[in-house]
Amino acid sequence: MTFLDILTQQLVNGLVLGSFYALVALGYTMIFGVIKLLNFAHGDLYMVGGFVGFIGLSAISSVVGGDWPAVFIAMLFSMIAVGCLGVVIQRVAYQPMLAAPRLSILITALAVSLVLQNAVLGLTGGQYQPFRADLGFGGINIGSLFIQYNQMVLVGTAAVLMIGLELFVSRTQYGRAMRAVSIDKDMCQLMGINVPVVIAVTFFIGSALAAAAGTMAGAYYGSIWYFMGFLIGLKAFTAAVIGGIGSIPGAMLGGLILGLLEAFGTQIPGIGSEWKDVFSFGVLILVLVFKPTGLLGRPEQERM
Amino acid sequence: MGEKSVVAARLFGPLAGLMENRPARWTATAALLVLMAVAPMIFGSYATVILTNALLYVVLALGLNVVVGYAGLLDLGYAAFFAVGAYTIGVLTLDFGLNFWMSLPFAVLAAAIAGVIIGGPTLGLRSDYLAIVTLGFGEIVRFSARNLEITGKASGLSGIQQPSIFGYEIASSLDFYYTFCILAIIAVIVSFRLANSRLGRAWLYVRHDEDAAEAMGIDRVRVKLAAYVIGAIYGAIGGAFFAVNLGAISPESFSFTQSVLILMAVILGGMGKIPGVILGAFIVILGPELLRDLGPLRLLVFAVGLLLIMLFRPSGIWPGRSAAK
Repeated sequence: MTFLDILTQQLVNGLVLGSFYALVALGYTMIFGVIKLLNFAHGDLYMVGGFVGFIGLSAISSVVGGDWPAVFIAMLFSMIAVGCLGVVIQRVAYQPMLAAPRLSILITALAVSLVLQNAVLGLTGGQYQPFRADLGFGGINIGSLFIQYNQMVLVGTAAVLMIGLELFVSRTQYGRAMRAVSIDKDMCQLMGINVPVVIAVTFFIGSALAAAAGTMAGAYYGSIWYFMGFLIGLKAFTAAVIGGIGSIPGAMLGGLILGLLEAFGTQIPGIGSEWKDVFSFGVLILVLVFKPTGLLGRPEQERM
Repeated sequence: MGEKSVVAARLFGPLAGLMENRPARWTATAALLVLMAVAPMIFGSYATVILTNALLYVVLALGLNVVVGYAGLLDLGYAAFFAVGAYTIGVLTLDFGLNFWMSLPFAVLAAAIAGVIIGGPTLGLRSDYLAIVTLGFGEIVRFSARNLEITGKASGLSGIQQPSIFGYEIASSLDFYYTFCILAIIAVIVSFRLANSRLGRAWLYVRHDEDAAEAMGIDRVRVKLAAYVIGAIYGAIGGAFFAVNLGAISPESFSFTQSVLILMAVILGGMGKIPGVILGAFIVILGPELLRDLGPLRLLVFAVGLLLIMLFRPSGIWPGRSAAK
């Protein structure tokens, strides 16, 4: 393979990885937008999404097989179920803490993350669960570049979900309410916007997107386990910060940038794949230190 | 909330009252010290090992308490400092032939430098960004330990020499139990002195109102950095003794779960309050031992407990005279 081939191959890998990051990062950013909370449990919703998608797929695979249509059905099921879970978490754990000091709500979010992880750990015994989707490995050759159909479907699905979200936020009434709440919650309340419902809708969508990513990741990589949300949660947060937290296009952009950075970063001599995670956390720290508002974020004053 | 605190006051009131009464407090402390001294004879050798671990957690939790409880900074990567201490001892004794006591100052120094490196550029950040940065830092340290040749890669370091003091080798589990007793007592005393120092009052001020503190002439970043470095030193000392106690260390001892367990110890008992933190450390170590029958579910019980505490008793189990606001 020539150098150029390696680059284009990494471009494809980076796009796939970036799609996952972007989908999870969107939830981070939306939830941060409406209630200014870093939902530490968000990566775990991705993990739960993977497991619920697996359960859905197992239930229907005897009827419709394990190809992409079945995965899509499982994905929709998972999105709805995990979306509801997200709303429940918000109601039970975060709503009572909104007036509490910031440290308390952060720790609460951490506790929720631990509850989800350990619940799944208890249920699965901590084993890797093979995700039996039957996707095949076919693909097309463009020159010396090989692209799997799976990769194309995956990136395409992620793109459709993101375009859908963008339309929802920019065109619908709830989307407008969501943007208004992220600017000034109290004012929205006074203007007759049903803020709790808007927050619930935001949690539902954010969690559903994470679940979609979780199911697709399970189908694509072929296995799921209880701890898989931890690292991607961190990475997605990094992506959200790179793009500018609170900004929806920023999260998409940040996800893609981080995915590409990782894919290309592993090609730099001396970094290699075992330093991949160190590389992205390094990027996270550098961005936070030098440009905390990210690429598309707006500057904000913290009120403690 | 009001009703809950009344119930809590009834439950814990006598205990808290006891602690505020000076002679009673001295008596209680003396009783506790005697109990510490005779515990290995009463509970047997298995319990001694567990108690040693609990005392290590007392040291670590008191260190993290300086950062989280005193200065109000959420640190999710505290295990990094613990790792820096342990690995410094491991590398210096194994590869450079220094003995434990000669390496200890280097471990402390390395942790202090690590504290400055991570704290310096980030302490001006918003609190939730800081939490994530510390998490990322913790992971970077663990990944580095796993990838570097000098730290023994994934298998870690083993065969770390046990220290001797005045010709007496600290070797048996009983020796280590008493060593950790002494460490924990020193950590408690230092923590008390810190809380009542000028720096301690500055932390309190910064924690409650950063802007007002700054207006009063407190250098916010410097005070926070001090908390970071002091917390790091506690962690490094804990890590150093942890390394010689076990004789072997591996990257997985310093995972995110480790950071979370230490944080739990700080929060369960009551952030910022020394008796609470000690109690928390014991709960975190002894709890899973008592719940051993539950298998992997015991951590779930813990996580739910943490969540319930945050929702219903955010200032911890141990009632403080002034509940943290």
